[in-house]
Amino acid sequence: MVDVYLNEKYVGVVDNSNEFIDTIRKKRRDGTISPELNISYNEELNEVSVETNKGRLRRPIIIVENGVSKLTEELIEKIKSGEKKWADLVEEGVIEYLDAAEEENTLIALDEEEITKDHTHLEISPVTVLGVVTSLVPYSNFGSSSRLIRGSKIQKQALGLYATNFLLRMDTDASILHYPQKPIVKSFMHDAFGYDEHPSGQNLTIAVMSYEGYNMQDSIILNKGSVQRGLARSTFFKPFSLSEVRYSGGLMDEISVPDPEVKGYKSEKDYKNLEEDGIIFPEANVGTDDVLIGRTSPPRFLSGADEFNVAVTTRRESSIAIGEGNKGLVDAVFLTENDEGNRLVQVRLREQRIPEIGDKFASRHGQKGVVGLLVPHEDMPFSDKGITPDLIFSPHSIPSRMTVSHLLEILTGKVGSLRGSQIDATTFDTPDEGELRKELLGMGFREDGTEVFYNGLTGERFKAKIYTGNIYYFKLKHMVANKLHARASGRIQLLTRQPVEGRAMGGGLRLGEMEKDCLVAHGASLLLKERFDSDKTIVHVCEECGLIGTYDSYKNKPLCPRCGSNSKVSSVELSYAFKLLLDELKSLMVYPRIKLKGKF
Amino acid sequence: MVDIYLKYKDELPGKIIEDVKKEAEINKLTSAEVKKVLEEVKHEYVNSLISPGESVGIITAESFGEPGTQMTLNVFHMAGVAEVQVTRGLPRLIEIFDARKEPSTPSMNVYLKSEYTKDEKTIRKVASFIKQMTLQEISSEFSLNMMKAAVEVTLNSKKLRDFGFKKADILETLKVKLKDVNVKECTKGFVLESSKEEGDLTGLYRLRQKAKEVIVRGISGITQVLPTKKDGKYVIQCAGTNLKEVFKLKEIEPKSTVSNNLFEIASILGIEAAKQAIMNECLAVLENQGLDIDIRHVMFLSELMTHTGNVKGITRGGISGEKESVLARASFETPIKHIVDASITGEVDKIRSVIENVMINQPIPMGTGLPGLVAQIKKEKVGKKK
Repeated sequence: MVDVYLNEKYVGVVDNSNEFIDTIRKKRRDGTISPELNISYNEELNEVSVETNKGRLRRPIIIVENGVSKLTEELIEKIKSGEKKWADLVEEGVIEYLDAAEEENTLIALDEEEITKDHTHLEISPVTVLGVVTSLVPYSNFGSSSRLIRGSKIQKQALGLYATNFLLRMDTDASILHYPQKPIVKSFMHDAFGYDEHPSGQNLTIAVMSYEGYNMQDSIILNKGSVQRGLARSTFFKPFSLSEVRYSGGLMDEISVPDPEVKGYKSEKDYKNLEEDGIIFPEANVGTDDVLIGRTSPPRFLSGADEFNVAVTTRRESSIAIGEGNKGLVDAVFLTENDEGNRLVQVRLREQRIPEIGDKFASRHGQKGVVGLLVPHEDMPFSDKGITPDLIFSPHSIPSRMTVSHLLEILTGKVGSLRGSQIDATTFDTPDEGELRKELLGMGFREDGTEVFYNGLTGERFKAKIYTGNIYYFKLKHMVANKLHARASGRIQLLTRQPVEGRAMGGGLRLGEMEKDCLVAHGASLLLKERFDSDKTIVHVCEECGLIGTYDSYKNKPLCPRCGSNSKVSSVELSYAFKLLLDELKSLMVYPRIKLKGKF
Repeated sequence: MVDIYLKYKDELPGKIIEDVKKEAEINKLTSAEVKKVLEEVKHEYVNSLISPGESVGIITAESFGEPGTQMTLNVFHMAGVAEVQVTRGLPRLIEIFDARKEPSTPSMNVYLKSEYTKDEKTIRKVASFIKQMTLQEISSEFSLNMMKAAVEVTLNSKKLRDFGFKKADILETLKVKLKDVNVKECTKGFVLESSKEEGDLTGLYRLRQKAKEVIVRGISGITQVLPTKKDGKYVIQCAGTNLKEVFKLKEIEPKSTVSNNLFEIASILGIEAAKQAIMNECLAVLENQGLDIDIRHVMFLSELMTHTGNVKGITRGGISGEKESVLARASFETPIKHIVDASITGEVDKIRSVIENVMINQPIPMGTGLPGLVAQIKKEKVGKKK
């Protein structure tokens, strides 16, 4: 007696669960029951569950009966000739979709030779365990899984041609790589979804070596000559938008060049690029603080009477400026309407990004790094054949991470570039390394992929032979130009009088709790005080009541409003945050009293 | 010669003087040379002393904190190898510093006296006497006889033989441990009848539960024993601790037998032993993780945790909650509680330590901020100059 559940609802019992399940499966395979049904037996709970719900993850597998795969050579031929399609295979019960629960009842063979009498299914291909992005990594069966995961994640951050209509789009943080190349070493997935039509990397010549210590700890060195010839150049787009909002009382924003009388008027030169309609013209070269769209808004807190008072109606400035540290050319200006029917102006900024120190690059094997140095072409090491690499990669990145796939791609890329064709290195179906080596030898190179190299600075020959070849590299979207930030002094928060946070606001760089501990550990007492001086204030403490008083600017002396002019009030320097704490304590009905004592 | 050493009695620790003395004798140094050596040693010694105002606490915290981020969380298990599972790494370190009453994996290392470590058989025998064994473990069935209002225990004869139990002995133990119960022997095992005239089902049920848990042999709390050879000595690794009972056994060597329960050590062997235990446990974790932290940091920490006479953790219930300053306590954990309590009792914060001074943006009394200049300025003189 086995309980049967249909979509988690108890429906009844069966005497022989195996027979029951077999019948249903047979009916599903011959098309009597929908192929979207799954049935499974749970040994632990001793119950049969039938599932027809939506939202189950299912995957296709070839059915095996009596140790024979149902996908015969005959069928494969028919598919090749186009006589049969995938849907036919599912319909005919050659392939079925299983969910996770039903998969527990199966024994799946990885390939045809492996099949025994006990097997119930055959994997279509071992690569089906990988997803779309992961399948894009060549030689991934030669690397560790953690690196494969990282490599897949990195591919999503690579710059390329993300959409063919990018000129009409207003995406935030969008970039286009200038000369994307199709990879020399590819996998089946590159063909399957037309990667070659919108690639996102470039095939670089790399040398695995060190160079003056500028590629320590995952940094990489780029050949400045290659960069000047256009390597990894990209265009960065940044959108801005502004709309005319309507307010109560018939008031509304106005997109125009603000009048100098407007509240918050910046300066004439900030508006210099605006045309008469208050919108910047395309191809305008803009830099820090330049206004892109001019706008004025009605004054904020209008009371009933003010609406008829002309004198109070000074409008305030609410333009959109490019922001600290940004620069570029105006790529396009769009004039449209938003959902509420208000006028909407969108401006897209364009900036060419040439690789610089700090830009992030990565191969497909989870080997990412930032540029540590751009070396002039003439100073780069060169091989005995006169080849200078585009990129120098540190050998220390290899042993602990065990990315053999990275090394194999270099070798395969070299063979591919010499042969002049793409090489397929799909996971579990990779070309033979020995064959590649033989081919390399046949083309007049050293069999192991190494070459004799010379120091570009001195012309001396390196004692070691340098492993060199071609590998597909990505320029990732993390570029220093978007991240660089520093400040000396600037905006502060209203409440705490401490510096504001974040790069976009021009905020301060926090000296945190642990950094504070370091200064304490060094005994650098006064340095620590100076570092936390950003919100220092002078308060006037009444020595009688211990509360903070005010400064009487008529009499030119501090005063305690509570104790009157007779009490002694001393001026003390402390952090505004502490004064705020005392104020908050007072609001909690706690009376914090400051007792002053002569320090000297 | 002796005079030279005497001269340094107050300036150098005895151990160092003894060491110099030994070396001098081996190398046959003249008294002038000895003096030179001692002068050099004194120089080095004074230089290695911590200067006043050094932030030893924060340096200790950083010395533990930085390598703590690198500790590996994966614990390797050898397949097929019998081992007592012990918490290691960061979780264990946190456990020690928080001074938890009960470790997550209590364990003991029981050493035996040399006369009992001659052959493995005796060691195994001792081990089997340490491990707690319940009646359930040697029985195959506990059935309720409703008619007679009794619990019938069927013994597992194979297990009895394997562990060398005698039925009569078990009968005696049961008679002692189960009060108000009539224990009778029968062919299969025992019949337990409640002597109280309740006879209802729940009472019988409870009696069965009670009978299952009767410890027929061993020390309570010790659930697992594993005799192993460690550094050439035989050790019985135990899961579960009970130092008090283990010390009563004549076979064990009490000098080297240890538990990893700090509070148990503190109550049985005293606070100094607990201090040493904290050190040993910390060092064991660090060694296991392959980290190198100077032993002085560990010494400082264990001293800090035990200097009050009780084991106290670095938590708001332990030493961190006993700070003098209200502001310092409030900045650590549960600020509202501390501020409310302080306002009720009218506490005064003298602003003498680091955190409070950072809060009000004043130089901290540490390092360069510690020394002050004391000078008397005669007011008249200043006036005259004017």
